[in-house]
Amino acid sequence: MHHFEEEISIVFGGAAGQGVQTIADALVKVLKRKGYFVFASTEFMSRIRGGSNSTEVRITEKKRRAYVRRIDLLIALNADAIDHLGDRISESTIVFAEKDHLAGKGIGEYIETPLSDFAKEAGNPIFSNTVAVGVVLGVLGISLDVFNEYLSAQFASKGEEVVAKNIKAASFGYDFGVEKAEKNRIEVSITPADTPHDQLLIDGNAAVGIGTVAAGCSFISSYPMSPATGLLTFLARKKDDFDIVVDQAEDEIAAINAALGASYAGARAIVSTSGGGFALMEEGISLAGVTEVPVVVHIGQRPGPATGLPTRTEQGDLNLSLYAGHGDFSRVILAPGSFPQAIELMQRAFDLADRYQTTVFVLTDQFFLDSVASVSKNGITRIPIERHIVKTDREYKRYSFTKNGLSPRGVPGYGDGIVKVDSHEHDETGHLTENFGIRQRMLDKRLHRLEELALESPLPERFGSVDAGTLVVSWGSNRGVLEEALDKLGRKDFAGLHFCQLYPLHPDVGRILENRDVIVLENNATGQFADLLGREFGVRVTRRILKATGEPFSVEEVIDALQEARHE
Amino acid sequence: MNNMNVNPFDMRDKDINWCPGCGNYKILDAVKGALFELDLDRRNVVIVSGIGQAAKMPQYVNANMFNGLHGRALPVAMGVKLSNRNLTVIAESGDGCMYGEGGNHFLHALRRNYDITVLVHDNMVYGLTKGQASPTSHMGMKTTLQFDGVMLEPFNPLAVALALDAPFIARASAADVEQTKEIIKEAVSFRGCSVVDVFQPCVIFNKMNTYKWFRDNTYYLPDEYNPADRKLAFEKAVETEKLPLGVIYRHEGRELYEDLLGIDKTPAYEHEVSNTVFEKMLDDYC
Repeated sequence: MHHFEEEISIVFGGAAGQGVQTIADALVKVLKRKGYFVFASTEFMSRIRGGSNSTEVRITEKKRRAYVRRIDLLIALNADAIDHLGDRISESTIVFAEKDHLAGKGIGEYIETPLSDFAKEAGNPIFSNTVAVGVVLGVLGISLDVFNEYLSAQFASKGEEVVAKNIKAASFGYDFGVEKAEKNRIEVSITPADTPHDQLLIDGNAAVGIGTVAAGCSFISSYPMSPATGLLTFLARKKDDFDIVVDQAEDEIAAINAALGASYAGARAIVSTSGGGFALMEEGISLAGVTEVPVVVHIGQRPGPATGLPTRTEQGDLNLSLYAGHGDFSRVILAPGSFPQAIELMQRAFDLADRYQTTVFVLTDQFFLDSVASVSKNGITRIPIERHIVKTDREYKRYSFTKNGLSPRGVPGYGDGIVKVDSHEHDETGHLTENFGIRQRMLDKRLHRLEELALESPLPERFGSVDAGTLVVSWGSNRGVLEEALDKLGRKDFAGLHFCQLYPLHPDVGRILENRDVIVLENNATGQFADLLGREFGVRVTRRILKATGEPFSVEEVIDALQEARHE
Repeated sequence: MNNMNVNPFDMRDKDINWCPGCGNYKILDAVKGALFELDLDRRNVVIVSGIGQAAKMPQYVNANMFNGLHGRALPVAMGVKLSNRNLTVIAESGDGCMYGEGGNHFLHALRRNYDITVLVHDNMVYGLTKGQASPTSHMGMKTTLQFDGVMLEPFNPLAVALALDAPFIARASAADVEQTKEIIKEAVSFRGCSVVDVFQPCVIFNKMNTYKWFRDNTYYLPDEYNPADRKLAFEKAVETEKLPLGVIYRHEGRELYEDLLGIDKTPAYEHEVSNTVFEKMLDDYC
């Protein structure tokens, strides 16, 4: 007897190229159209074919956006998948796999599933992915109508025969699933959410991309690097619709310099890279600092040092972005915790970059970018595009001294003035100078804006009990896992905080954290944000929950760590 | 038409950081003269440079300037040009900046072929770091670092540019301001990525390639020379006995990167997001 109530975790495992992703994509689309809350996350090896990859699809009654370690249903496309996921298979896991993939398996319940026989019977062994989706829908008791529509659309270009054969393959799988659910007494009771039909199904790359487009970005130059390539690809797909210049740079050094050139000429410009690529851009960040040319830098984090684990996840580049570039100058660091927030923060990033003539970092990570979830269209925030560019006059000086340190920003070719920007220390006109007095004033001018930026920084979002004595701090992609862990833990003495702006921090953050037990949850090895809280406010962090294996935190793991913390 | 008596690109009262007798002064005169005679509006001219003594050039020209990092003039220039096609963009720096630190960008700028002019002050030595060899230093030249003389063959910018089929390749000599100005005028007017390598004496650190040496070891290509002939251009580019000056290669018709990308004349600062198109994009995810 297996009874799955309120939520179920379905994992597809197989080699790269076997179609794990295709199956999961089809399933989440069907489930979303059926009104369910779905969340999918993917882990894969750094290779093009072979290896062992998996995607987890969660169906939940409450909206969730986290990874669970538990596997309820495992659809293994090869024997390796069972080995690869072995330590996540428990007695209650039901494994569906071909007979010859099941030899000598340990705990869990195994169901021989003749995917390829069904596929051949339907007309072609390549239909086995369609069979697999059918099996899952049969087990879940979700009728095939929407899946059939999906197949009709998906294979329309290949002709009616292919569509019909796929529909047949789906029905073989479905009937098998229904039969096995009955025989093995698998009951699934998850009520679809009463969601309006305005739900978008997107991954993290699309969330960051939609926000970038909404912000009026018209220039990206980047060098491909996992997991940050997704944004470059997204914008390349949208370039004609939104007039975006998409340049594949010869290296990251070129990318950041090209973005600064574009921004100098008035474009909203972005670069997308990962830690290693960003390391090459650092001098460019320093250049942006001294020239006060706005730019947005998206860092899709992955584990370092150096090549590290190219396709895995980590939140290890906070310090890199915080300290990047020689010399002292301002910057902003943002890190979205959800897809709607990513869409909003990308717009905020460009807005802050233009208003404060500074570099704005947006930190995401592989887990965040490759996850899939639904987002309410009505919940998408649009921030009006204000360029903060002035028409210059004949007397225009790019670096004129003002009270708040921000000089009106002119661009070449707009107005009667000329616009001179300089990587040297410079005077108000932009000409190099070695005058020590001007140097000091320019330095102060460039740093002054940090105060206003801090005051404008959003306070951390709080969830859970209001008068909790223990605050658990998260940032960026860890919001979902913390929220769910606290919800499931259900303790009044714990509350969660999520920071979507990491730097500069609002001065009130110190007061929020004082006289509390502060636990910081971070997907890195040392607790970089915990250190920053200490540096900025003298906050003593009582406990750091850290993970840097290359995997995201699971909900179970965070619950365990919080329980352990409570017992101390 | 510009007033013939006043060059709007002149800057008054600027303390110039070059050494007395430096070839840079002559190139400055040639550049300002060229921009003036081309009747360009200084508000639409952007000079992008890297770092080094040559890279200080835009500090002394009354036009828009992006004086960036060592080696990085070309990517910046590309960003400017692709964001506003209406601007005349010149990337200007020394041999160390363009061929050494920025070598990769030089290759890829020519591959892309966006419409800018690349002006390289080639003095075959590092000035601002005080006298070390540059990528174009001649073999045997003793420097403040290469005490036993330069051991490596010099980088040949013209041959490299030809290999990449750069559509406009020229060489000038700072000693001759008038001809240099004419070559720069042709390069700036050219539609595409034009490269001008300008021989420039360094009176402090390069005792080998002096004004006299350049006069004795260069010659202008004759009028009957056909710059459209790429094979012939290669022959000229690798000549070492006497070094040819003038437009070595010129061919029309290579497509511009801006055109391949479909960039129109609207400057990026006027970029707008259509709500209809945005909503449609969202609906595609429903």
